[in-house]
Amino acid sequence: MKRHLLSTADLSRDDAVLILDTAEEIARLAARPIKKLPTLRGRTVVNLFFEDSTRTRTSFEVAAKRLSADVINFSAKGSSVSKGESLKDTALTLEAMGADAVVVRHSASGAAYRLATAGWSSSHVVNAGDGTHEHPTQALLDAFTMRRHLGGFEERRVTVVGDVLHSRVARSNVHLLATLGARVTLVAPPTLLPVGVESWPCDVSYDLDAAIPGSDAIMMLRVQRERMNGGFFPTEREYSRRYGLDAQRMAKLPDKAIVLHPGPMVRGMEISAAVADSDRSVIVEQVANGVSVRMAVLYLLLSGSESAIGSEEGHSQHQNTEPKGAVA
Amino acid sequence: MPVIPQGARPVLDEADISRALTRIAHEILERAKGAEDVMLLGIPTRGTFLADRLAARIADVEGTTVPVGSLDVTMYRDDLRLKPARALERTEIPDEGVDGRLIVLVDDVLYSGRTIRAALDALNDLGRPRAVQLAVLVDRGHRELPIRADYVGKNLPTSQRESVKVRLREHDGVEHDAVYLGIESETAI
Repeated sequence: MKRHLLSTADLSRDDAVLILDTAEEIARLAARPIKKLPTLRGRTVVNLFFEDSTRTRTSFEVAAKRLSADVINFSAKGSSVSKGESLKDTALTLEAMGADAVVVRHSASGAAYRLATAGWSSSHVVNAGDGTHEHPTQALLDAFTMRRHLGGFEERRVTVVGDVLHSRVARSNVHLLATLGARVTLVAPPTLLPVGVESWPCDVSYDLDAAIPGSDAIMMLRVQRERMNGGFFPTEREYSRRYGLDAQRMAKLPDKAIVLHPGPMVRGMEISAAVADSDRSVIVEQVANGVSVRMAVLYLLLSGSESAIGSEEGHSQHQNTEPKGAVA
Repeated sequence: MPVIPQGARPVLDEADISRALTRIAHEILERAKGAEDVMLLGIPTRGTFLADRLAARIADVEGTTVPVGSLDVTMYRDDLRLKPARALERTEIPDEGVDGRLIVLVDDVLYSGRTIRAALDALNDLGRPRAVQLAVLVDRGHRELPIRADYVGKNLPTSQRESVKVRLREHDGVEHDAVYLGIESETAI
């Protein structure tokens, strides 16, 4: 049975902790003179990116190469074929090439799920971001970074601020952090909260200043202009004033609280330069941890005769939460 | 896993294990002519505890502390594809590094030799030791690779249908250390 990493909602607490623990051991190897491990020698990992991405694609590429897997970068950008067909044809091509794992990013929510369950390919599928749905490895590296700084998740409060509506990172984080035992508060203007957010395992607030003093970690989300076609807030200045993190607001955070951002940042909008460069900010660390976490995911999915993590084909809880706008 | 394997008989008791480790500590010092550049690396999980015990004995005899660490070989195993993906153990290389040192690998049971082959590969990625030696509590034979131990607590002739289980106070929640010899259960073959 092939297993996939499509959504953090599919991960049990044991799975999530296993990934974080494995990443912790792998991170210790990063200081060695020879960083490469022979573990996935002879395996092929395909990076299938239908959307622009530097950070995530590079991170997956480095992760796969450090495990000695062969990496094929398949950038389908600019394809004129309709999305459903294009995904299917590409999947069949990759299948013919013998890919062991496909890391997929697509602008349509549900693309990774479709790829994993449509029977087009026999590879393990890792979701590297599907539309506004999920981005599980980003949430895992955020959780990894938080665990290192906060020591654990019980009784910890994490505040996620900004464009939750368009953020796959926010959704993945809410599910994962809730599974791990943290309390999550989403803070956003009402227009940037998705329909159905009240059923998510978190609190919701419109008031950033009220949420700040109780936060152990605060995650700022980028306002995703490329996904917006209407007026979600009056002006950038007003958004920044009410929902941006500047030095004054940061000063009201508890002493050991950390500031995260999944990147790319828009300095001056959701986060001020002073905050991004402060010693509270773990943003650069998040990028470094991304490689360790992705190595852990690839190792646990690919190394054995059976994967240690992930959801099974056709047996995913995911079906209950299938996002709207799934690829036809 | 039950604390004490069912139907298994003890072949080494706590005193035997203690004497074996003391002898191995002396043998390491004798061959290395002191403890100067010795580093002990235990292979998780039980090898790590045995390495700690050996280090304590070397400290008793020689009055100097030797660096001790652990070396997880999971990522280097040749049977990864044959079994479900497994969790990693801790690798902890002392700050001194392995370059130019006499590394003594420590494990509980030497059987096919495949774990040690993986350990040699792992060590190769960490640096270039002056020499590598191997200390094991039990050598049960049936090697599948040209590998032998430099220091052996006990040579234990076994059949391949038998299982050897080491139980240590630090790890297994037992009151006394022991080594058991039993028949491998049908499911485990």
